[in-house]
Amino acid sequence: MSAECKTDSSLEKILRSGQFAVTAECGPPRGADAEVIRKKCQLLKGNADAFNITDNQTSVVRMSSIGAAVLMTQQGMEPIMQMVCRDRNRIAMQSDILGAAALGIKNMLCLSGDHQKFGDHPQAKNVFDLDSIQLISTVRRMRDEGKFLSGEEIKGVPKLFIGAAENPFADPFEIRVPRLAKKIAAGVEFIQTQCIFNLKKFAEWMKGVVERGLHEKAFILGGVTPFKSFGMARYMAKNVPGMDVPEELLKRMKDTPKENQAEEGIKIAVETIEQLRNMAGISGVHIMAIEWEERVGEIATKAGLLPRPTV
Amino acid sequence: MVVGERKPFDEITRMLEGHKKIMVLGCGGCVTVCLTGGHDAVRVLSSQLRMFRDKEGNPIEIIEKTIERQCDPEYVEEVATLVPEVDAVLSMACGAGVQYIAERYTSSPVYPALNTTFVGGSLKEGYYVERCQTCGECKLYYTGGICPIARCSKSLLNGPCGGSTKGKCEIDPEVDCAWQLIIDRLKSLNLMDRYEQIMTINDWRSNRDGGPRKMIREDFQR
Repeated sequence: MSAECKTDSSLEKILRSGQFAVTAECGPPRGADAEVIRKKCQLLKGNADAFNITDNQTSVVRMSSIGAAVLMTQQGMEPIMQMVCRDRNRIAMQSDILGAAALGIKNMLCLSGDHQKFGDHPQAKNVFDLDSIQLISTVRRMRDEGKFLSGEEIKGVPKLFIGAAENPFADPFEIRVPRLAKKIAAGVEFIQTQCIFNLKKFAEWMKGVVERGLHEKAFILGGVTPFKSFGMARYMAKNVPGMDVPEELLKRMKDTPKENQAEEGIKIAVETIEQLRNMAGISGVHIMAIEWEERVGEIATKAGLLPRPTV
Repeated sequence: MVVGERKPFDEITRMLEGHKKIMVLGCGGCVTVCLTGGHDAVRVLSSQLRMFRDKEGNPIEIIEKTIERQCDPEYVEEVATLVPEVDAVLSMACGAGVQYIAERYTSSPVYPALNTTFVGGSLKEGYYVERCQTCGECKLYYTGGICPIARCSKSLLNGPCGGSTKGKCEIDPEVDCAWQLIIDRLKSLNLMDRYEQIMTINDWRSNRDGGPRKMIREDFQR
């Protein structure tokens, strides 16, 4: 992988210098109170290199990803702005990309987006003018060729480090490596995977990734989510599409007394990170502590990921 | 065919409030095939309306009529002498048929009795499914004859998304994942190389996004 950075992103610098990267997640509030983001930032600061700001995740209306990301930059932290294809057409997307870059955002994650059925506005019209792969190629073109999709020249190109997600656990499994290859062909530079609970299956996917040399074309960050409780583990196993929670992990959570379940969840997350660090082709981890930002530091500490490098 | 579904009865009765004599106009085209807007459907709805209005002590007179196709001016003309006799026309055609009647008979209010739902076909009698969104630029060559625009809940051209589970869509375990179907078909045809080609950004001008569409056979215009 080229060591030369194309943006001012610290995440890019860390990854391209060969250091093991850590990203985490920060969900914006369901309101206009900036203080909520500032508080979450205090909990997260220094515990990862960059932080995903979700874009109306599960189709529930929240403060915009751009807005929350800017609040984060004001706290001296580096956000990864998520952008879904569900809510915007190509005009709005390109416009938001320019706005985000102008406001100092340096990383972006291109996603399809959950269907609006899951959210609080199931009556909404969805857009999907582009899909996530086409969004990747759009940003890449804007940044590297300095052109809009229309072919018109951009004056002041958006310098964004370009990421996407991939879910190795969704079906059909056999196209999950080819689909990653499509994202790389479209121009993605880093990948954050869906939460990894089934390490065996993940290793199988990574084997395919490495065999095709895809880990040398994009940085792969393994997704890790700590269970807060057995209830959460069971919910994720049963109700979240594309999530693979093996029976033995469910049992391990279930067999843990309720008051110790949070600790057990964190222990599992730390163990997962340790396994990922030793896996060929993995460049970092993405810690998604869902509405549990206060424990990210503890997970990172226990996994030996701190202090984060300064670049 | 164009599939339509009858509107809820109380919505229909609300539209007809104040009218004393109406025509319930059926269509012999697609909506006859999908059992919602043809001759038989006209008879059933008319009887229901008469019974309801009689019970309300506010009887309604109904002319029952079904024409070959409401989306064709030649057949629409057949009711030219009947329309002036009624206060309103309740069309049991798809949205196109309703509008053809409204365009031809401007002095009468014309109401829809159906919700036009989709372009599709039947799987068995009385069971209809969507297959086409009339995007105006058919992509079925690339996708093994299965349409991702009509059948993927997100209309992804480079699917499947991360919500595909055991062949089903994230929105509903009853809904097939279109991309699973596409991949299964491409595999069985030995055409998986087509999967790795990135489908380029779509030009939606051929879809409704370019404004109302028309199709002209120039050789018929002389």
